[in-house]
Amino acid sequence: MAKITYIQHNGTSQSVEAQAGMTVMEAAVKNLVPGIDADCGGACACATCHVFVNPEWLDRTGKRSDMEEDMLDFAFDVRDNSRLSCQIKVTDQLDGLVVQVPEKQF
Amino acid sequence: MSSEIVTTDAVIVGAGPCGLFAVFELGLLDIRCEVIDILDRPGGQCAELYPEKPIYDIPALPYVTGQELVDRLLQQIKPFKAGFHFNQMVTEFRKTEAGDFELKTDGGLTFRAKLVVIAAGGGSFQPKKPPIPGIEGYESKSVFYSVKKMQTFSGKDILIVGGGDSALDWTLNLQPVARSLTLLHRRDDFRAAPDSVNKMRSLVAEGKMQFKLGQVTGLTGTGGYLQSVQVKGPEGAFDIAANTLLPFFGLTMKLGPVANWGINLHENLIPVDTAKFETSVPGLFAIGDINTYPGKLKLILSGFHEAALMAQEAFHIKNPGEKLLFQYTTSSSSLQKKLGVA
Repeated sequence: MAKITYIQHNGTSQSVEAQAGMTVMEAAVKNLVPGIDADCGGACACATCHVFVNPEWLDRTGKRSDMEEDMLDFAFDVRDNSRLSCQIKVTDQLDGLVVQVPEKQF
Repeated sequence: MSSEIVTTDAVIVGAGPCGLFAVFELGLLDIRCEVIDILDRPGGQCAELYPEKPIYDIPALPYVTGQELVDRLLQQIKPFKAGFHFNQMVTEFRKTEAGDFELKTDGGLTFRAKLVVIAAGGGSFQPKKPPIPGIEGYESKSVFYSVKKMQTFSGKDILIVGGGDSALDWTLNLQPVARSLTLLHRRDDFRAAPDSVNKMRSLVAEGKMQFKLGQVTGLTGTGGYLQSVQVKGPEGAFDIAANTLLPFFGLTMKLGPVANWGINLHENLIPVDTAKFETSVPGLFAIGDINTYPGKLKLILSGFHEAALMAQEAFHIKNPGEKLLFQYTTSSSSLQKKLGVA
């Protein structure tokens, strides 16, 4: 299990318990965290689960895959810490992870 | 566009897997279909979102990609010779005095049918609009999400944003007619076809267009007419002078005009009964991801089942008072004849 905190654009935050093996997107959708649309259901095919990973977590969430990098072309305001949350697998090492949800997924 | 009226038994709105299989189930009952879709090809989400991605829960197909599923469905429904109308969004819908349905599309087509099946999945695919502050005020004057007519862009100072096939294709097509053209993308890699990227790079090398790295942060102009675009680049902020902006950020699903068709909706889904999959409007059916009922699962296999049951009621609408004899394709020579295998 890992605690994941989602911070909204307006500053409100929500922490959820996520099981290892699920994705950061799935943990958000399952717990009704707003702002993670995930149109395609987690296939890395739509870029509507875009999040900003808090910088201190970037080494633990790992690097974007080539497919994810391509798909981020369809996101808005892409930053160095941008990730598609469907591509971040929850592990026990991610306990305490903080991500920011963009103002709009599009 | 022709203004003639296409008259048929059933109009299917949406050419995704459920819409395609509806052609099969209706076809077995001699119900002719015309299929309308906003995309430029059949397959819906399977073709647009995950053509290469695997699907593992289609009965008897342990593994199939989105595109392969679509191709197999097209093969399966081929005997029924449905009419397909792509790049069309149904914008108007009404029940006529005669009791049939009339539908109009944004491409100027008109359909008359005894019944309508909405198989529109997550809604219609529409271009994503980047959330740049104030962009709405420029839409259709200076900001366009698609190219309907090339001449709209003749002599303009165009900024195209994006790195996919749409961005690159329109860069290459509009460059000869534009007064100036700049392509803006967030990185120096493209998901577009390598050939298009090479052509774009040659144009840049010849000084016929510009390529810039960066992302749009703001727009400046007056009365809906764009003058310049503010950009955040790797080495800081800069402006690009442009009177026309074409952002290409892919497609997203919106319910679209279905919301205005006078059907009862529940959280943007269409409630149906589970015997006939009919909506609150008699003769209007909804199958697949767009419908809702107790226990609904958004699975392709559920949509297939819904198509089969819907077709039974559709038969009675087309043939009032007639008895429908239930038959199997394995043993019925009349069904096999329709399938072209007898």
